[in-house]
Amino acid sequence: MHPILKLVAQRLALGCLLLLAASVLIFIGTQILPGDVAAAILGQGATEQALANMRADLGLDRPAITRYLEWLFNALQGDFGVALSNGRDIAESIAGRMKNTIFLASVAAVVSVPLSIFLGLLAVRYRDRWPDRLISAVTLTSISLPEFLLGYVIMFVFSVKLGWFNSVSNINDGMSFGEKLGAVALPATVLTLVVLAHMMRMTRAAILNVMQSAYVETAELKGLRRFTIIARHAMPNAIAPIINVVMLNLAYLVVGVVVIEVVFVYPGMGQYLVDHVSKRDVPVVQASGLIFATIYIGLNLLADIISILSNPRLRHPK
Amino acid sequence: MKGIPISALLGLFFTVLYFLAAILAPWIAPYGMSEIVGDVWEPASTQFWLGTDNLGRDLLTRLIYGGRNTIFVATMATALSFSLGAILGFSAAVYGGWVDQVMARLNDLVMSIPTLIFALVVLSVMPVTLTVLILVMGLLDSTRVFRLSRAVAVDINVMDYVEAARLRGEGQRWVIFREILPNALSPLVAELGLRFIFAILFISTLSFLGLGIQPPEADWGGIVKENREGIVYGIPAALWPAVAIVTLSISVNLVADWVLNRTTSLKGGRGA
Repeated sequence: MHPILKLVAQRLALGCLLLLAASVLIFIGTQILPGDVAAAILGQGATEQALANMRADLGLDRPAITRYLEWLFNALQGDFGVALSNGRDIAESIAGRMKNTIFLASVAAVVSVPLSIFLGLLAVRYRDRWPDRLISAVTLTSISLPEFLLGYVIMFVFSVKLGWFNSVSNINDGMSFGEKLGAVALPATVLTLVVLAHMMRMTRAAILNVMQSAYVETAELKGLRRFTIIARHAMPNAIAPIINVVMLNLAYLVVGVVVIEVVFVYPGMGQYLVDHVSKRDVPVVQASGLIFATIYIGLNLLADIISILSNPRLRHPK
Repeated sequence: MKGIPISALLGLFFTVLYFLAAILAPWIAPYGMSEIVGDVWEPASTQFWLGTDNLGRDLLTRLIYGGRNTIFVATMATALSFSLGAILGFSAAVYGGWVDQVMARLNDLVMSIPTLIFALVVLSVMPVTLTVLILVMGLLDSTRVFRLSRAVAVDINVMDYVEAARLRGEGQRWVIFREILPNALSPLVAELGLRFIFAILFISTLSFLGLGIQPPEADWGGIVKENREGIVYGIPAALWPAVAIVTLSISVNLVADWVLNRTTSLKGGRGA
């Protein structure tokens, strides 16, 4: 077997193990911690009898391991049970929302990835001059704000003061692709700004790191234009760390989406999760938590694998 | 105070100002915390410097008391995450072997679930009180501190002076607190600033989602939640916490940057 295949297979196995452990952790978080699901649902005034009935209803009187295995096997088959608050099938509710969330996150990703790489290149090209400083200042401010406030600031400017977009991003299956794009324009902008800062800074740092190599000096002495040096000589050698950062930020997007969906009342997974956390609807929280964790771990795993694959020393071993 | 760059001084000034305002809130706030003093969403005037909120309470007062709660929770959570993360991280590095492996892998596991998602999962079954919030935030954040302090301590642990201490017959506790801690302090202090900002953003986010500090107590995230309806009518009441959070986090950032730069220059520019 090619050594790189072995390395990738190892990472995949490790990822699966991590996922399993994460599911245990999510289960522990809701079921074994001192908090009591039955008491959480019924509130403080519940009688002992009502609590006992509720526990029996939820199957909480059985041992935790049995309940965990049952939950996990059902979840693996796509059955998350029904929501406590409205009795609807969770998998069904999630499916439609998942599509919306992925749409929003992909729009943000499609805009932010090329933009951050381009801005990173620009910042290196004009290093320590005003374009570099301006980009740093704007990105520093945007990471000093929590996502939801950035969302409201942008909503206030672009939808209330300028009136360019709707302040609420409603989306449904009847809309055309263009209409959908218009609807997610504001939330996607906010998400872009949130991940842009980090990606751009890391791109800049990665390229600057390469710029100190001897071959870049050679290229400079050859008299090549600065932008050509950066794009043709420095960039390809900085690609591995950049891809890594991009993947990590895509994983971050998945989380950022939770808050942004609440701000723009967007019908996605994040809003679903937050709604049901306040209703203390544990099955929904477990299911959404598991899905978010799976996507997050999956993207991190992908980042790992891509950085292995993009390393020529590992691809062509001696 | 000599040799401190202006940016760091400015940052220090504003940071101290915010902490003072938080501590002295009952004396400097113009009105009572949940006192209804005017109409709903009055514009800024000489009577109400920033206007009033969705119930007619003075916004400046809410902001000052909100800062008190937000900064208190963030400070406590950061203190918890630092003492726990640093002590565990140093211990992992000093003991090494399987203790280190188990702790590091467990830490990786907790970090593999996004902090916000994990917090939401836990808060769905726990009662939302200040103690629970501080514990959840502190414990989740201690994983980041653990990783940094372990990495720093592994470097220090192989230094000659640590070996000298061991040969002298000092115990592990001495090595952790008297040899490693003083030498790891500078990078940790810089990280402290970043973790504190993260805690401020995190508690604000939780409160905004309705899972943090509960009304009628004020806090920066809660003020946004209470006044969000006003945005659509062009009332900027919900945006004032943004100003507060940005100035505080940039100030703390400037101080942290300075501490980190000082560290690197102390070590001959080797980097921390």
